[in-house]
Amino acid sequence: MEIDLSQFHQVFFEESFEGLDVMEQELLNLEEDSDLENVNTIFRAAHSIKGGSATFNFKDVADFTHVMETLLDEMREGSRPVTREIIDLLLKSVDCLRGMLNKIQDDEPVGEAHCELINSFNLLLSGEAIVETEVNTAAEQAVETQPIAADTTEDLHHYWNIQFIPQSHILETGNEPVRMFRELKGMGVLESTVDVSKVPDFDELVPESCFLSWRLRLDADTEYDTIKEVFEWVEDECELTIDNAEEPEVKKQDVKKQEVEKQGPITESEISVDTVISDKEVTAVETDDIEVSGAEKTTGDSSSDKMESTNAIVSISGAVSNKTSDVAKEKSQKLATETQNSSQAKVKSTAVNEEKKNQKKATSTASIRVGIDKVDTLIDLVGELVITQSMLSELGDNFTMAKLNQLVSGLSELEQNTRELQESVMRIRMLPIGFVFNRLPRMVRDLSSQLGKKVHLAIKGESTELDKTVMEQIGDPLTHLVRNALDHGLESTEQRIAAGKSEEGTVTLNAFHQGGNIVIEVSDNGGGIDPDVIYDKAVEKGMIQQGEELVKEQILGLIMEPGFSTAAVVSDVSGRGVGMDVVKRNINNLGGSVEIESNLGKGTTFTIRLPLTLAILDGQLIRVANEVYVLPLVSIIESIPLSMVEISKIAGDMKVYKLHNEYVPIIDLREEFVIQRGGGANSEGLLAIVEGENRKIALKIDDLMGQQQVVIKSLDSHYKSIQGVSGATILGDGRVSLILDIVGLAKRAAIRANHRREKVA
Amino acid sequence: MTKILAVDDSASMRQMVTFTLKSAGFDVTEASDGVEALKAAQSKAFDVVISDVNMPNMDGLTLVKKLRALGNYKFIPILMLTTESSGDKKQAGRAAGATGWIVKPFNPDQLLATVKKVIS
Repeated sequence: MEIDLSQFHQVFFEESFEGLDVMEQELLNLEEDSDLENVNTIFRAAHSIKGGSATFNFKDVADFTHVMETLLDEMREGSRPVTREIIDLLLKSVDCLRGMLNKIQDDEPVGEAHCELINSFNLLLSGEAIVETEVNTAAEQAVETQPIAADTTEDLHHYWNIQFIPQSHILETGNEPVRMFRELKGMGVLESTVDVSKVPDFDELVPESCFLSWRLRLDADTEYDTIKEVFEWVEDECELTIDNAEEPEVKKQDVKKQEVEKQGPITESEISVDTVISDKEVTAVETDDIEVSGAEKTTGDSSSDKMESTNAIVSISGAVSNKTSDVAKEKSQKLATETQNSSQAKVKSTAVNEEKKNQKKATSTASIRVGIDKVDTLIDLVGELVITQSMLSELGDNFTMAKLNQLVSGLSELEQNTRELQESVMRIRMLPIGFVFNRLPRMVRDLSSQLGKKVHLAIKGESTELDKTVMEQIGDPLTHLVRNALDHGLESTEQRIAAGKSEEGTVTLNAFHQGGNIVIEVSDNGGGIDPDVIYDKAVEKGMIQQGEELVKEQILGLIMEPGFSTAAVVSDVSGRGVGMDVVKRNINNLGGSVEIESNLGKGTTFTIRLPLTLAILDGQLIRVANEVYVLPLVSIIESIPLSMVEISKIAGDMKVYKLHNEYVPIIDLREEFVIQRGGGANSEGLLAIVEGENRKIALKIDDLMGQQQVVIKSLDSHYKSIQGVSGATILGDGRVSLILDIVGLAKRAAIRANHRREKVA
Repeated sequence: MTKILAVDDSASMRQMVTFTLKSAGFDVTEASDGVEALKAAQSKAFDVVISDVNMPNMDGLTLVKKLRALGNYKFIPILMLTTESSGDKKQAGRAAGATGWIVKPFNPDQLLATVKKVIS
């Protein structure tokens, strides 16, 4: 059957990356307290990757994970203590494997990076173990070549005598002698004689036990190994002799010898010798009959004492006249041709791979792993929806006004079903933030040793869920914040001791839900940020004027402006001041915000607020003339009737509203969107004070309408991106409504005001 | 139709085994560890069980022992999928009551050949 294994590759990659994450995490745990279960989990992950990569033919990965596994096995069995060096090596290997898998996924060559690590593993493993490793690897390689290679050592015989005396419990392992005989029969003509002498009297008979034994005579052009393979699973639970019927005297001895020695680990050494033979096939082809067996003998000699079984095989080949040699020669040639073919095939496949590369990239799709409970809830809800629907449709078939109450309650049920269904569907995209948090301990470990600081990373709320897309994009900003906390936030050990603090600094990550948002906090108990230093620096950089009055939050906010860096020495850890502004921009792009709170000498906390999902928004509908717009509910601070507002003008014609101690610029949406048609007089209008990125603006609108959740449709993909508008949605009455983006709106107004001023000037 | 229970904690291996066997017309049920497999085995009478050895929660060897202890699974073929080609591990499988083993890496053809061998 032709089955295309590449269809399973994507799953393999996904589970392997997951396995590597688990390994990394457990390795870090291992450092803190060594537990056998940790090692077991790490071992299992390595083992799975090895199994999969071997199956899907990613040989480099398979070889690499093999040595890793060998070491882990020793750790698991307790024969190798867990040291920091080993953990370091294993962590490096995890990184390396990740890189290799990424490259394989992109159809790129894996390179040589892993070879050095393999050497380190081999060095760690004792000399003896190295030999064993090689044998094992050889054995694995041999799996492919084995069937052909085996041919070279054996001749075909016509008649075989087989004696099979199974132990009585053989049936209890599911091994049915009839099954084996059937298989033998498939090779040729089989005659069998059953020995019933051991069968006890009927009253003592145990039907679950096997008391029979058999003598078989097989007439088939087959090899010893093929016959033996039939009994492979039961060879330790039976007495088995397989003789060549034509030369009973000579063969019997050899075969018996082979049989004894083939059990257990010898099987491997035998296979590895087979491989060597197959390597030598090219030489063999060019030589004559005698030299063929000579080559085989050399092979036997060069092997260790374990290889006696091979010698036995070779001596068989040697003993059996010219016929054997001819066969051997033939086989060798066949092998050589096949090797050639396979190398050609490889070249070919490389070319094909190149072709496939683009195709593949296009077809590989991202997938999401969803807990079964979420799917079950969804199915339940759909079930309820179906019931409500059928109830309503029945109601509609013969509706009378008397049933109005039923209709109303039916509709409200429908509403509830829909809402619950919507929430559940959204939950499918929700993943615990632990996925992002989990990649940080490793970074903290590496970074803290690089910086020479003692750091403890505390993680809270890792099961808090958030949208997959949001999560994918929050990873980098979060990493950057933690990096910064370590590099700039925490003081050096000496400084900490001098300040009377504990030697070990703490960075805390916390996540929780608040309203419709997810809040992520990154805090450190370091030196805190000195607002005066920031202020001076900002003046020096020309970002603000000397003497400009700013509140503490505003000053701290400056570190997130482009081109700001306070680190006395720009370290290679946190970059060169492009960073914090990127962090802020990324978070803003997700519809979120960052706040900084810092206490000198005590530490700094960055608070990130993000919407739970990017697909749905809690919106406030507003009316401007005849148009309806949507404002994100979270952005609204308050709304005031225009009649109660005192509007002042600054800088020429910029209208502002004085709210407490700040002047808030007013944007007239009617002007902004050039709406000419009437509908409602201006004097009856409202001012909606909204906030985005810590900046407030006042929007002049005509009316506040209802609040509702709206499904965000991207304007980008359906039309084009417009500053001040973050998307569109379809309202209940079918109208399309634009969703306003406060930050964009403020920027747009500022640009426009500047233009106007320039024109005036 | 021959009912097969495929047990492996690795999703890719499980999918490959399942796909191969289903393509050959078998009725396949998947389980991702020994605990799940044992549960599945009690709710449906399988004709063949194919199980990985190294798995979380309950490993393959324990699974075989527990299955053999159930009346229905005393004589059915149970095959172990194993990367260990050494004699020790095979022996451990046999001692636990496994019928035989399929050594990883294997290709779909090898898998089918082995499964066809054990079903009557």
